[in-house]
Amino acid sequence: MPEGGTGIGAAVKRVEDKRFLTGRGNYTDDINRPNQSHAYILRSPHAHAAINGIDTGAAKSAPGVLAVFTGEDMETGGLPCGWQVHSKDGSPMHEPPHPPLAKGKVRHVGDQVAVVIADTYAQAKDAAELIAVDYGPLPAVVGMNDALKGGSLVHDEIGTNLCYDWEIGDEAQIDEAFAKAHHVTEIDIVNNRLIPNAMEPRAAVGEYDRATDEYTLFTTSQNPHVIRLLMGAFVLSIPEHKLRVVAPDVGGGFGSKIYHYAEEAIVTWAAPRVGRPIKWTAERSESFISDAHGRDHISKAKMAMDSEGKFLALKVETKANMGAYLSTFAPCVPTYLYATLLAGVYTTPLIYCNVKAIFTNTVPVDAYRGAGRPEATYLLERLVAKCAHEMKMSQTDIRRANFIPADAFPYQTPVALQYDSGNYTATLNKAELAHDVAGFAARKAASMAKGKSRGIGYSTYVEACGIAPSAVVGSLGARAGLYESAEVRVHPTGSVTVFTGSHSHGQGHETTFAQLVSERLGLPMANIEISHGDTNKVQFGMGTYGSRSLAVGGEAIVKAMDKVVTKAKKIAAHILEASESDIEFKDGVFTVAGTDRSMAFGEVALAAYVPHNFPHDELEPGLDEKAFYDPLNFTFPGGCHICEVEVDPDTGVVSVERMTAVDDVGRVINPMIVEGQIHGGLAQGIGQALLEGCVYDADGQLVTGSYMDYCMPRADNFPNFSAGTEVTLCAHNSLGVKGCGEVGAIGSPPAVINAVVDALWDLGVHDMPMPATPQAVWKAIQAVAPAAAAE
Amino acid sequence: MYDFAYHKPSSVADAVAARSGAEDGTYVAGGMTLVPTLKQRLAQPSDLVDLGGVGELKGISVSGNTVTIKAMTTHAAVANSSEVQAAIPALAALAGGIGDPQVRNRGTIGGSIANNDPAADYPAACLALGATIKTDKRELSADDFFTGLFETALEDGEMVVSISFPKPEKAAYQKFDNPASRYALVGVFAAKTGSGARVAVTGAGQDGVFRVPAMESALSTNWSAGAVDGIAVDAGTLNADIHASAEYRAHLITVMAKRAVSAAG
Repeated sequence: MPEGGTGIGAAVKRVEDKRFLTGRGNYTDDINRPNQSHAYILRSPHAHAAINGIDTGAAKSAPGVLAVFTGEDMETGGLPCGWQVHSKDGSPMHEPPHPPLAKGKVRHVGDQVAVVIADTYAQAKDAAELIAVDYGPLPAVVGMNDALKGGSLVHDEIGTNLCYDWEIGDEAQIDEAFAKAHHVTEIDIVNNRLIPNAMEPRAAVGEYDRATDEYTLFTTSQNPHVIRLLMGAFVLSIPEHKLRVVAPDVGGGFGSKIYHYAEEAIVTWAAPRVGRPIKWTAERSESFISDAHGRDHISKAKMAMDSEGKFLALKVETKANMGAYLSTFAPCVPTYLYATLLAGVYTTPLIYCNVKAIFTNTVPVDAYRGAGRPEATYLLERLVAKCAHEMKMSQTDIRRANFIPADAFPYQTPVALQYDSGNYTATLNKAELAHDVAGFAARKAASMAKGKSRGIGYSTYVEACGIAPSAVVGSLGARAGLYESAEVRVHPTGSVTVFTGSHSHGQGHETTFAQLVSERLGLPMANIEISHGDTNKVQFGMGTYGSRSLAVGGEAIVKAMDKVVTKAKKIAAHILEASESDIEFKDGVFTVAGTDRSMAFGEVALAAYVPHNFPHDELEPGLDEKAFYDPLNFTFPGGCHICEVEVDPDTGVVSVERMTAVDDVGRVINPMIVEGQIHGGLAQGIGQALLEGCVYDADGQLVTGSYMDYCMPRADNFPNFSAGTEVTLCAHNSLGVKGCGEVGAIGSPPAVINAVVDALWDLGVHDMPMPATPQAVWKAIQAVAPAAAAE
Repeated sequence: MYDFAYHKPSSVADAVAARSGAEDGTYVAGGMTLVPTLKQRLAQPSDLVDLGGVGELKGISVSGNTVTIKAMTTHAAVANSSEVQAAIPALAALAGGIGDPQVRNRGTIGGSIANNDPAADYPAACLALGATIKTDKRELSADDFFTGLFETALEDGEMVVSISFPKPEKAAYQKFDNPASRYALVGVFAAKTGSGARVAVTGAGQDGVFRVPAMESALSTNWSAGAVDGIAVDAGTLNADIHASAEYRAHLITVMAKRAVSAAG
């Protein structure tokens, strides 16, 4: 029996790592079907252009080519949007069509124009060069402010580039509070656009079986059942029982692999038309111009305070870039995953937020690690830092003065959410100790002696994850439920396969979920298999995003295990000739209470499948249970991140010297995996703050279209992280878990930028955009002290 | 990539012959620039003449005050050479800072200088140390060899055979990385030689690597970081991109020059 060695709280080594690290993972591009052909997608070189005509004749007769299709050939549904947001006047958002292959017009560099299918990928790519597209270039709409001024329209048929104009809160009431405030602090905030860059590029293999009329799609997805529903029901009209979607090993997603992409529909639709399986794998340059991007907000915010620095009201106006089309969940990101988080960890009683979502001739923007919550946290924590400066309060005093007290939970915010648990003072205290804030002054002096400027920055945050209750998201415009499902199948000799609707693309579910089973059923890890990613194996699933796998998917597994134990107790009671209520289950053994009569889990399992003497009217054979779990609320992880940077004023280089994260992710199942998740999130958060920034030029060409110009974080950009946890249990799930996948990316960017601003404050630099590249920092220093900077 | 004919000669003579017999051929040394260019279909040579099998193009020798590095010697070999480390430590350090381990184990000094990428490191060393580039036809001074962005004095089919570096009294190279690519956004190689100071800048110039005469004359009379303080290169001659404006590059050249002089001791 495992003695806590593989149960909840144990740092079990990830069971999946051996195959990943030895090159034995099975990724979509590793899948080769008999007689497979290859697709190349011809993409638009223009940000905005009319397609006056496409001549595919030469391409069709090129060596090895099986077929060439354009938007005119592909008479299917468009790619659907999974979330509807209404404007403040009650009108639904504009939802322009999104054809898998462009029809009549291209709307961003990278838009799909045609597909060439050939015996080899090289032949398909060669043939694509023979396609003559007659483009009529149109003026590109690139910046959000320009988009609202009118002029060129991304979608002519809707007559505006404004997708929706949404609000939350009572604007008149807020304005009244501002009029009475002791002090108002204002800030302009840009949340920089990011390109996700999962290590594995997207890929898809489409296959059609003429004998059974069944389609199979292998794809790099975070939620294969959702792809089956969206593509089957809305794009290709294939019913679920004729469509299998498999997302095998997936090498990172970060949100970018949630969505239903054109290429998935194209290879599935084309497979019967060429009579062969079709594989498409993105080249890295294609990933830059076809994977949904993240973030991209421009905001104005102001905080009203009383004379003690107590927050009275917050008003925020945000413009959010949707890109050229609505990606699957794009509309909910800057609204329900953003504005609802603007209370943060503070008791601000009045909050108003207006969000204008805007179409531009850029790659569609959707959720990216954190999705809305990093944008809210960044805005709020930058604003709070500025409030402290203007109120002449310390960075921690102003936060402590406004924290929601630990005894105030459940706490209803003014922006719809009800937080169930948290202790923000405790996380801040713990983070300050772990960081050695007390030693900062000495470290700052040592930096100054070297001619460097040192600064410290704070971020105290909360996020909503475990996405989430179907009733809540339904009322907010989601067109799907957000429960999770699980099946726990006990095999005759007592081993167990868990089928989960969650999907692991790096998170370590095969370990964490197995630990839940090991703990509950008392089995060794070797007897537990976690199966995910195949719609023909897993009954249903909503997938993995929004840090929901453990809090929602894990709970579904627990619920199914409860059913297994209940059934197993019936079997044990029958065989041990006892009352079911007298059967106790502990450490993998069923015992008749108060006796030495017992059966091991494996013996009960065998009996379930060899039911020679079962009473047929009372006890079914078999031990295989399913569950759907729909949570009562979001979960609310939170924490405190403290960043310490050293800036070289001669060059503008920012060096992260210390990064401390104390996060409350609820109960920790595997501390090593949690720490890994937090490290990864911090790398992405610091990456956003210092390194990563997507740049388009005025014509809509992507300037940062490769790693030569898009700066991905690397290990040597970071110090050793100090990552700890401060646990308050989630109040509404049985495990008490909250989720850890996004906290690092949500909490860290404002801590980093606040630290940079703190370092440069005495030089006169009081604002800093992300990414704080050496050039940006140098320019900021020069702008306030040109004489000094020139020396 | 597009199709091409592939040749793998084993001698300089055979390589030159293969190259001259090709319609639109090119040599490939380490391939660290050419192969990605081919993969992106940005080049379509008829023939690739791979120099990897030419044994006479590999090796390092030190004779008197001259370090000679043959063209196909990898960056890793230069970086790890105890002879180079002893004779011109700044050159070994520069080689050790090129790209990443994969690049250093494939990329070669000959390929680097023949390509003359404006952000490459070696051209700065060649120019600042007053290197002599030996080709299959002649010998060229570094000052004559580098002629512009990706341009050299090499004639069509001419091949770099070796580079000879005179040993300086002192030298150091300071590179400011492009944060994304980690090529030199600005790299400054400063050398104190028997015939005065030489300062070469890579990564920044509109015409590629260049020398800074004002810094050289200041350093020739006073070899100290303070001597170049306040000497700025005209931003009008420098590159600008999203990572660095011309003004920022001009500023960095002065900062890196000071640091190079300090590092050289």
